Amino acid sequence: MQKFSGFGLIARAFGAHKSWQAQWRDPEPKQSYDAVIVGGGGHGLGAAYYLAKEHGMRNIAVLEKGWIGGGNTGRNTTIIRSNYLFDESAALYDHAVKLWEGLSQDLNYNTMFSQRGVLMLAHNIHDIQSFKRHVHANRANGVDNEWLTPEEVKEFCPAINVGGKDMRYPILGGALQRRGGTARHDAVAWGFARAADALGVDIIQNCEVTAIRRDASGAVEAVETTRGTIKTKKVGVSAAGHTSMVLDMAGVRMPLESYPLQALVSEPVKPAFNCVVMSNTIHAYISQSDKGEMVIGAGTDAYTSYSQRGALHIATHTLDAICELVPMFRRLRMLRMWGGIVDVTPDRSPILGKTPVKGLYVNCGWGTGGFKATPGAGNLLAWTIAKDEPHPINAPFTLERFREGRLIDEAAAAAVAH
Amino acid sequence: MLVIPCPYCGPRPELEFRYGGEAHIARPEDPSTLDDEAWGAFLYLRSNPKGLHAERWRHIHGCARYFNVVRDTISDTILASYKVGEAKPDMDALARILAGGPRAAAGEEKSK
Repeated sequence: MQKFSGFGLIARAFGAHKSWQAQWRDPEPKQSYDAVIVGGGGHGLGAAYYLAKEHGMRNIAVLEKGWIGGGNTGRNTTIIRSNYLFDESAALYDHAVKLWEGLSQDLNYNTMFSQRGVLMLAHNIHDIQSFKRHVHANRANGVDNEWLTPEEVKEFCPAINVGGKDMRYPILGGALQRRGGTARHDAVAWGFARAADALGVDIIQNCEVTAIRRDASGAVEAVETTRGTIKTKKVGVSAAGHTSMVLDMAGVRMPLESYPLQALVSEPVKPAFNCVVMSNTIHAYISQSDKGEMVIGAGTDAYTSYSQRGALHIATHTLDAICELVPMFRRLRMLRMWGGIVDVTPDRSPILGKTPVKGLYVNCGWGTGGFKATPGAGNLLAWTIAKDEPHPINAPFTLERFREGRLIDEAAAAAVAH
Repeated sequence: MLVIPCPYCGPRPELEFRYGGEAHIARPEDPSTLDDEAWGAFLYLRSNPKGLHAERWRHIHGCARYFNVVRDTISDTILASYKVGEAKPDMDALARILAGGPRAAAGEEKSK
């Protein structure tokens, strides 16, 4: 692997940048692997990387039906935070934030992780009570989160319209996680792909899994793909909105429903917005990318769908909220909007663990907030596959919780999809 | 935005409706006799198909009644709507109409 550095960049400039190599190979699938990851997004590539790096499994493949990072990894609004209410969630998401903090160095790839702060706005008494509870719960769990008065909100993010008495949803304060922020979504997928490839992982694109074959005892023995049969005893599924379809191939039913989640970006402008602002009550979130676009996220559409597009009224509803929050953005023109298919669980917490089928592991159900967990989810899926048991951090998030009734109800805690 | 044919009021924009999840999931007659597996399945497991999906909608800003719709989750084409208590339509026949394209689907709706 060609190591990236500032010096290397300058040195290659003298050669007109002609000496850069491809960042990962394009191998033909082998007949068998020790483990196969289905889904070449950030989560799946991360799992492959950590399997190779931390668990010494080098004979593994990532199968991606399209191109790596082309699904929800490339469609989200890149927000990273860990200010979740419940102990289990705080541990899970903060595990990811800690990995984010060292990820660029670890991968030798600039993920452009920027801890610019995530500010969640309170608009009514319920919000204030709920957010203050979150602040205290987070601090008890060692996760930074602090309460800001409206004046402090204005000071932290001057672009926000805080004062207006005529606002439909006045801003009564906010919860700020300073360690939260954004990262470059493509760089995460590419960084994991390059680092995993360097450790010997085969990244196989345009390779869709069409069946999961099981032996007489019911254990996984192979996957059928559009590029042939691949023998393997361990399959980790990290297929986001299509997870329930992949697991159906092994006869496993999942408590998942797939919804379109939309996002949109404005035309690029000069730096104007210094943090991530989210509002659960009026349902909008916004940050500025390094390219200058305002990246805006909306809620899911009402109905299940695989169409990767949603209805216009969802996006316009979000823009109504943005225009009230940040009046100077009323003159911004929107450039693009798109949808991704997110797999939503009944309690809005992910499923990460073993399945009833031996040798089949799953990482899914991240719903509308999977990007923030990318390195953590990959890391824990790798552990679960290598040790054949969940890591203590993801042990509460296994599939059994829906049989045992011990839900981790972040849906109720956040009162919206998040 | 979907245009949803309410069997009582006719076609109306999606904004008038509230989605009600997968249809034809009957509450078990005697829940206390179920084991955890079966009760968990009733509460949480859904078919989530990529294709035809029978689902409930409620015309909350209209007649306020629940009814069922069959929709293709790939194209979001609505192929049938019917009242609660009526039998689920022949899904294979609807799939054949869908394969004929959206026009064939629309023609089928008109001839009803």
